[in-house]
Amino acid sequence: MDEKLKRDIILDNYQNPTNRGLVDTQGYIRVNTRNSSCVDNIDVMAKLENGIFIDIRFDGEACAISTSATSIMIKTLIGKNIEEVKYIIDNYEKMINEEPYDKDLLGELVVYDTISKQPSRKKCAALPFESIKKIIEQANM
Amino acid sequence: MNRNDFDMLNSGLIYFDNGATTLKPKCVVNEVVDYYTKYTANAHRGDYDISAIVDTKYEAVRDKVKKFINADRRDEIIYTKGSTESINTIVFGYMMNNLTSGDEILITKSEHASNVLPWLELAKRKGVVVNFIPLNSKHEVTLDNINSVITKNTKVISLAHVTNVIGDIRPIEEIGKVCKEKDIILVVDAAQSIGHMPIDVNKYNISFLTFSAHKMLGPTGIGVLYGRYELLNKLTPLEYGGGMNTYFESNGELEYKPLPERLEAGTQNIAGVLGLGAAIDYLENIGLENIHKYELELKKYAIEKLKSVPNIKIYNENSQSGVVIFNIDKIFSQDVAVFLNHFGICVRAGNHCAKIVKDEINVTNTCRASFYLYNTKEEIDKLVEALNNQDKIFEIIL
Repeated sequence: MDEKLKRDIILDNYQNPTNRGLVDTQGYIRVNTRNSSCVDNIDVMAKLENGIFIDIRFDGEACAISTSATSIMIKTLIGKNIEEVKYIIDNYEKMINEEPYDKDLLGELVVYDTISKQPSRKKCAALPFESIKKIIEQANM
Repeated sequence: MNRNDFDMLNSGLIYFDNGATTLKPKCVVNEVVDYYTKYTANAHRGDYDISAIVDTKYEAVRDKVKKFINADRRDEIIYTKGSTESINTIVFGYMMNNLTSGDEILITKSEHASNVLPWLELAKRKGVVVNFIPLNSKHEVTLDNINSVITKNTKVISLAHVTNVIGDIRPIEEIGKVCKEKDIILVVDAAQSIGHMPIDVNKYNISFLTFSAHKMLGPTGIGVLYGRYELLNKLTPLEYGGGMNTYFESNGELEYKPLPERLEAGTQNIAGVLGLGAAIDYLENIGLENIHKYELELKKYAIEKLKSVPNIKIYNENSQSGVVIFNIDKIFSQDVAVFLNHFGICVRAGNHCAKIVKDEINVTNTCRASFYLYNTKEEIDKLVEALNNQDKIFEIIL
């Protein structure tokens, strides 16, 4: 993907993120995640039915990378089951750690394929996936 | 001032993160290198020449520190690894054994984590109560506000001399008078003021003072705990081992050394101590009053220039130290910091380890530019110029 297109996708998802704003509805698992450099702080809530993510929402204060990554992640994961989501997370983490990964699984998330060049921002790109991992852990309890 | 003394500046780097740590002048670096290349030996051994040199230099720094903060006695100066260890030693070595359940400690919401968490931990373990002194509309501590929350149970007031977010200078001398009158222990965290302005523990009636060398041009991993002798002498050591005992027998008989050795178990950070000594010499040569005046001049200039930047909000225009905290409307502070990095400008973004100051300034994240003696107005111009290009931010950072 060319750099200009990547930037446009990130910017669009930062300025008009998907499913921003939490809802006060029963049946959601809600978690809070902050990165260790004490800047980004997001709440993510997800509703699962029969092991499928039927809704994911978020809110919080985060940088352009974290916010856009959360937005793109939400679009990518809704409708997937837990096993598919785990597989996507695994491949996404491989991508940002510069290991071989399956590009076709990640859709628009490949806009972060060069994020490892900016080590301080890797944590930002990884943050929303930390939230989903926590949600899966809680769902399995 | 003296920019040639700082090799880090040779690359054209604009370093505005002095609240986090400061650059080191050549004399400090050389002092540390000399220890490792010319007379590496342990202190307090003295039987061979290089050890005697180390011993003399190591103890001479204690005298320098004593004079630097105007303490009465050299054994009131304890070397630690930094401000955080100093405060923890006060809390868990002194307060733990000398306060009782129900005693009150006053701090504020703009303290650094290192002056909040040890007290909250003490409250959990000991049943003491931590209360917050209310701040005024400019987020500052006033004597009236302190007096309004002192009760007969108040045993300790613990404050930063200068806060690391707002950068306000606390009226420590006046607070010291109140503490003296009411027999309250005054703990002062000087991490952000040391090396920026004069500090006088006697004049200000400070009971305990803490600071780190790396925020005053010195090496990392070395700091100071000052305590008034009668208090410090009642502080139970947190570490036991070599260097702090006179003798011990297998039947359990033992004796610990007097101050300061009793509180310095194990081989100390000797290179760090020597570097601290060189930093003190360097700062005294320039003069602390001159440094403070220069930082205020930089701050005034920065405020004046930054005000012209579109969409900027400055949160601490009036504080009297070289710290400016700001945000650009609708741009996250970390994105601004990453953007400025592209111009070779180092600023800090985030909550600056003071995680409850958000209750006061109603904003969780800011950019912080903190100035020191080697910064210049030309560098501030470059910061302003970069911020004036904010419409390019996403092109640059994404």
